[in-house]
Amino acid sequence: MTWDWQFFLKDIGDGETRYVDWMISAWGWTLAVSGCAWVVALLFGAVVGTLRTVPNRWLAGAANVWVELFRNIPLLVQIFLWYFVIPAIIPPLQQVPSFVMVVAALGFFTSARVAEQVRAGIQSLSRGQRNAGLALGLTLPQTYRFVLLPMAFRIVLPPLTSEAMNIIKNSSVAFAVSISELTMFAMQAQEETSRGIEVYLAVTGLYIVTTMVVNRLFAFLESRVRVPGYVGGGK
Amino acid sequence: MIEIKDVSKWYGTFQVLTNCTTSVKKGEVVVVCGPSGSGKSTLIKCVNALEPFEKGEIRIDGLSVSDPSTDLPKLRARVGMVFQNFELFPHLTIMENLTLAQIRVMNRGKEESIEKGLKLLERVGLKAQAPKFPGQLSGGQQKRVAIARAMAMDPMCMLFDEPTSALDPEMINEVLDVMVALAQEGMTMMCVTHEMGFARKVANRVIFMDRGEIVEDTTKEDFFGKPRSERAQLFLSKILQH
Repeated sequence: MTWDWQFFLKDIGDGETRYVDWMISAWGWTLAVSGCAWVVALLFGAVVGTLRTVPNRWLAGAANVWVELFRNIPLLVQIFLWYFVIPAIIPPLQQVPSFVMVVAALGFFTSARVAEQVRAGIQSLSRGQRNAGLALGLTLPQTYRFVLLPMAFRIVLPPLTSEAMNIIKNSSVAFAVSISELTMFAMQAQEETSRGIEVYLAVTGLYIVTTMVVNRLFAFLESRVRVPGYVGGGK
Repeated sequence: MIEIKDVSKWYGTFQVLTNCTTSVKKGEVVVVCGPSGSGKSTLIKCVNALEPFEKGEIRIDGLSVSDPSTDLPKLRARVGMVFQNFELFPHLTIMENLTLAQIRVMNRGKEESIEKGLKLLERVGLKAQAPKFPGQLSGGQQKRVAIARAMAMDPMCMLFDEPTSALDPEMINEVLDVMVALAQEGMTMMCVTHEMGFARKVANRVIFMDRGEIVEDTTKEDFFGKPRSERAQLFLSKILQH
């Protein structure tokens, strides 16, 4: 076979955009979808994971339902549910852009996984830590805020790193509802140019670079918040 | 100061406390001892409502700890507690451990809290350790920090839950010295411990528990002189052998 990377500089047919421009814009969409979804996932994951550990049956139960709901359905199916089913049931949602729907779907799906990690982090702390916070007169929310969560998040940073990388890779399902992100670009560009191998290699490279940057960012964060004298924290 | 009336507690069908009744007066030092599993740690955790109990009543300074209308955080802030396993907050420096509740609970200013913290650290001989993290300190040092942390809240009484049991023998004395000094200053203390030397030195009363019951509640002279119950005699003979 012969390589042809030149087509990236060709016009896509509108007289001003080249394929490489399109790809960069698609990369931007990938970053936007995963970035926004990560904010949603982290926010809801932290709250739901925390609620799963509180001594209140109703709150813990509701949080449990959240996790079950968003973890038990395949991501692609959830995307379609948000895109087709939910707007049919709640008509005002038909006006909402598909970008928002995809961010919600991907964000909530990932929030269930983040919640489980946050719960595991909290539960890995001894009961005495909670007692020590309460005994000092901190309220339960204060005990979570100042005592339990700071340690829990440190402990679950490694799995959270994987989750942040996953959300970038999972954002590829957004093609299913016509978000013009990297995977969507790859499929369309290879149709138009018949240079599928080059297109997919380029897109693969961009995914790898992106996830690697995220990985390094988290590794940096991990080293910044390391607790001296704690396991893995050095002296 | 602390009144415990007819307290019973169950874990499922297993009864861990049976009709416990006692009290600690202002300025009194009461040592609670007994074999492991006798319920003494559970009882002391019931005092500031870290453990719920099903029957009876506990009052601190007149306030019932099981009454839903009691502002528990406010009450607990005035009761210092030192735990068996230190329970310092590992992600905070020693100084931050001492100032967290002063700032967040008592609404003290940051500088005032630090000043108070330094004074207390100096008292327990750890002023130089203020910027370090708990994981960088020895067990005995951590325990002294835990005592200082509780003291920072200007407590009206202190609860100690086996303060020396997680320590190497050579570190026990440095902790006991701090506790003896506290007792001699007139701090009201309820202390679960096996340290009979400590009890002899500063306790006003000794409570002996076995199988969830308070078997003896008597002055230290009577307890060490002639314990009435056979179980206490047996316990004492075992523990005083070494």
